[in-house]
Amino acid sequence: MSGSTEVTSKAASAETPGRGRAPGRAATVRWRWIVAALLLAAACYAPFQLVPFHVFQLSMVLVYAVALLGLNLLVGHAGQISLGHGAFFAVGAYTAAILLQRVELPYPLTLPVAAAVAFVLGLALGLPAMRLRGLYLALVTLAIAIFLVPLLKRFEPLTGGSMGLTLAKPAPPAWTGLAEDQWLYFLALAVAVAAFLLAHSLLRSRVGRALHAIRDNEAAAEVMGVRLSFYKTLAFAWSAMFAGAAGCVYTWVIGFVSPDSFVVTLSITLLAGLVVGGLGSFSGPILGGLFVMFVPGIAQDVNDAAPGVIFGLLIIAVMYVAPTGLAGLAGRVTRSIQKILRKE
Amino acid sequence: MLEVHELTVRFGGITALDGVGFSVQHGEMVGLIGPNGAGKTTLFNCLTRRYDADGGTVRYEGGNLLAVPPHAIAALGIARTFQNLGLFPRMSVRDNVLVGAHHRGEAGFLRAGLGLPRVRAEERRLRAEADRVLERLGLAEVAGHLAAGLPFGTLKRVELARALVGRPKLLLLDEPVNGLNSAEVEEFAGTLRAIRDEFDVTVVVVEHHMGFVMGICERIVCLDFGRKIAEGPPAEVQRDPGVIAAYLGTSA
Repeated sequence: MSGSTEVTSKAASAETPGRGRAPGRAATVRWRWIVAALLLAAACYAPFQLVPFHVFQLSMVLVYAVALLGLNLLVGHAGQISLGHGAFFAVGAYTAAILLQRVELPYPLTLPVAAAVAFVLGLALGLPAMRLRGLYLALVTLAIAIFLVPLLKRFEPLTGGSMGLTLAKPAPPAWTGLAEDQWLYFLALAVAVAAFLLAHSLLRSRVGRALHAIRDNEAAAEVMGVRLSFYKTLAFAWSAMFAGAAGCVYTWVIGFVSPDSFVVTLSITLLAGLVVGGLGSFSGPILGGLFVMFVPGIAQDVNDAAPGVIFGLLIIAVMYVAPTGLAGLAGRVTRSIQKILRKE
Repeated sequence: MLEVHELTVRFGGITALDGVGFSVQHGEMVGLIGPNGAGKTTLFNCLTRRYDADGGTVRYEGGNLLAVPPHAIAALGIARTFQNLGLFPRMSVRDNVLVGAHHRGEAGFLRAGLGLPRVRAEERRLRAEADRVLERLGLAEVAGHLAAGLPFGTLKRVELARALVGRPKLLLLDEPVNGLNSAEVEEFAGTLRAIRDEFDVTVVVVEHHMGFVMGICERIVCLDFGRKIAEGPPAEVQRDPGVIAAYLGTSA
């Protein structure tokens, strides 16, 4: 995120060499907020123009975007890896489902609880896992994802076993006049906006810089006073918390959870979505959310017999065309357009 | 302020430091010289707790430095630069410098995420200070630039700025003029002298550039094969037969 700010502000200052940096930077920041506000306005307008199924699909894009935002914190910003984020997503989803079904908690309250459960679990698993690096960390997090599905099937009285749990979706309050799909969409949108604001101010702070420092040079970060195990473990827990919140909204939107929705492939797809969307970039999670939502379906449409092959080929194609992800591609396109405009 | 006594570090069968002892007074500028592999960087790594000592003691401002965890060194007022640059390439120059002020901030994940007013105030204060140090070292023009891709000499200054923004009492510089041309070396010596007074900082500098070290330091410690072979004012150390032999070899 900060990377793209700096690159653009650099471009801005190249135009006005003598004038110092502050104006260029401020202008860039303002532009980013304008673009974000426009996107948000479009996002608020969209559900009134689309058929319910497409509104549902957009809600799912937002759900995945929140999960990817968390994964991005860990992978893109702190430079660690997780092949098991689907598990935290599932934990959030199941926490919400169990609370709604067994405890009959009002649905807004399931969000903080689901997030907290995922956070605590992330903290507990992060403490040992974050002492590992690279492939070892990848394996341990993968094990978490593999472990989860049989576990969910085991505790049938609580989780509903292989059958899963079916729930009533949150109903829109009468005063809104919204249809159910629209209401769910706005719930997902609200959570996504809150998550983005949270991540944004986190990453622009001392904590964000500490995470970037760990990603770029652990030894130097430690000399600067960054406590590596603390930051890595908390990055893991926060990342799990975002995934848990996303899982909770998933339960609201779908109204059904089952172990087969959270197999290992989900974790892999999330990571692939993030890398394709753009690691460490601000728009990466949104683009990644679109990818996770639509590309498997497109792959199925292209060839019914081998969706996996098409999915894999699409990932390869994107990485070949845009090695820094779709967000990086968008940035490159914007800059070349700016260059062309400047020449005229 | 710093007392190193009988410090010994071994890597397998190699003794990188063998009973090294010296002390640094407040406000001093001490040069640490010696041929490659003499143990100079190992000594720095011991002082910043990246390596554990196998023997000996290090006392810093009266406390046992060897009992301090690595991440707490910065808060004690010890900052360092690295021989081959220890910057964060994908962060901007300003953010690199701000990481140097990490131990002076307090915001944790939750407070930073919520962007509470106190966090914002802290951030503004540290940013202003980082900008002052950047300005002082002539880096204001590149503050928004990514650290990757800047000239080597500039990056050396960024490292110095990052060390200074932590308000260190003891500054450890590992080959600060390595790779600079003679004009840049000259300029850096002037900057370092001025900075020592402005920031009231004690400096230990490892350097191969003899002109620079001898010109700027009040006292020189010379290591060879992990042992201290000479200590004293520059003029004296330069004439020391042991030092000459270590650098030029002896005609047996």
